[in-house]
Amino acid sequence: MPGTGCPIPEKKEGPTDSVGGPFRSDYLAPGIWRLAPALAPGRDQGYYLAVLPLIGILIVVVGFALRLNPLLIVATAAIATGLAAGREIVDVISSFGKAFVDSRSVAVVWLALPVIGMLERAGLKERARTLISSIGVATTGRLLFAYMAIRQITSALGLTSLGGHAQMVRPLVAPMAEAAAENKLGDLPDRVRTRVRAHAAAVDNIGVFFGEDIFIAIGSILLIRGFLETSGIHVEPADLALWAIPTAICAFVIHGVRLLLLDRKLARLAADEPEPTIEAIPTGESVA
Amino acid sequence: MITVDFVYTLMGIMMVGIAIVNVRDRSSAKRYNNAAFWGIYGVTFLFGTRLPNFVNGLLVIAMVLIMAIGKLGGAPPELATRAEREVSAARWGNKLFIPALTIPAVTLLGTFTLKYATIGGAPLVDPKQVTLIALGLATTIALVVGMMMLRPPPTAPIVEARRLMDAVSWAAVLPQTLATLGAMFALAGVGPTLAGIFQKWIPLNTPLTAVIAYAVGMAVFTALMGNAFAAFPVMTAGIGLPIIVQQFGGNVVVAAAVGMLSGFCGTLTTPMAANFNIVPAKLLELPDEYAVIKAQLPTALLLLAANAGIMYLFAFRR
Repeated sequence: MPGTGCPIPEKKEGPTDSVGGPFRSDYLAPGIWRLAPALAPGRDQGYYLAVLPLIGILIVVVGFALRLNPLLIVATAAIATGLAAGREIVDVISSFGKAFVDSRSVAVVWLALPVIGMLERAGLKERARTLISSIGVATTGRLLFAYMAIRQITSALGLTSLGGHAQMVRPLVAPMAEAAAENKLGDLPDRVRTRVRAHAAAVDNIGVFFGEDIFIAIGSILLIRGFLETSGIHVEPADLALWAIPTAICAFVIHGVRLLLLDRKLARLAADEPEPTIEAIPTGESVA
Repeated sequence: MITVDFVYTLMGIMMVGIAIVNVRDRSSAKRYNNAAFWGIYGVTFLFGTRLPNFVNGLLVIAMVLIMAIGKLGGAPPELATRAEREVSAARWGNKLFIPALTIPAVTLLGTFTLKYATIGGAPLVDPKQVTLIALGLATTIALVVGMMMLRPPPTAPIVEARRLMDAVSWAAVLPQTLATLGAMFALAGVGPTLAGIFQKWIPLNTPLTAVIAYAVGMAVFTALMGNAFAAFPVMTAGIGLPIIVQQFGGNVVVAAAVGMLSGFCGTLTTPMAANFNIVPAKLLELPDEYAVIKAQLPTALLLLAANAGIMYLFAFRR
């Protein structure tokens, strides 16, 4: 699933030059490429053709480092990469539109929002909190540990749709984790509440990432197998799945220990002097 | 036959509905911007496959410009007060979980059973898209169950969907925009170029350094491209197969399986994997967009080291 998040269209094999890019050095570049020799004289055109498309990576790294808006960064990088690859603008915008429409499937999870929103209005999050408050031994760390275990085991059985941030974390896991923290610490300062929520989202990711690869029919196993097949190497999906188990155990142990230490960390964080710079959460629930 | 177009039509209707709720909300200063943003997004679902690619591209660029120049308004406050929700929660009790759990339950059931359903010999649903269609059906069924149970005003689902969508805001379209970046990277051969640079600068003269280079390379590459599936062929063709397997005689199954999982460690660390890291931060209304990444980072780094260890210990065992 970490791969399926942003589906990448099939790459077409083309001729490759010495650096490995799908370009020939005698390719006559249109558009901004004609400026390239003026920018860095002394190299042949193939060099620019191969290296300048890395501008997209540069935009991404610098943009995220400066904390600019991610959507703006990514759209800019996509168009810049297309232009740097020597495509005409109409061509670039067309490829851009096609890739966007072809990957609509990642957005289908938003269809859960009308139900989730309606249930929230009827008190779903409050009910989830009450339920956890009634379980005395529940702490944030233990609760998230249990959710991670369930998520990882069900993913290993191929049941990756039993979870997700919109379907499970926002309506159920996050409010329960917050309620467990409130049980121990009373009213939560925003910095503690946001830390709890961030960890609720993180366990969903870690559970599914390092569980699903144990299931033989998952996309990543099929991709590995297909790729090795093109290199003339035949492997069994079951063997690949078997070798996902050591990492799955390590992930469970590493993150499990961190979760069990989380309760103490939250207690320390709650006891700290309030930092004046903390912003309120936009829809900040006044618990008091 | 039910195809995935059914699901995209539902999405389109929902987005247009959210645009209408926004336009009618006089209390929102940015209501026209939000309405245009979600309305255009709805058009890409309703007509995306029929419009020329160039027009779709312009629509997406228009959305980005509306967000960047006009700015989007945030989520409206909840309609029901906390006290009202407490009363309702006490009234309904654990029954409230029924519609919520209907979504995963029906998705799962549908994934396993819809494949085999036929009408007059023809398959009932497109067999290639069973999971997506099951998810679409599950959300519809959950909505019907919830409406029958709670009997809220008929506009409640779309009004509440708008509240949540406006909380997620631009991050909702980020995963798809990242897919466009991935397509451009593939078109421009960014992967092989990066791998070429990587090979030139990284020492690969012992099995241990080769394993570290492959595992760390998978993670870094995945972090840059936002996608382990894009990194895997490039890094495996560049280091995994020629160096670890052919030169040092490592086991290809161990190297490939653990190599992919090293990429997943990279996924945990990058805003480029937006639907796992940025979208949930917005969905949970965290002020710091990187909060989920920060929670995952120590696990990702420790697990990456563990992966390199696993690969080194087991790939060269005879």
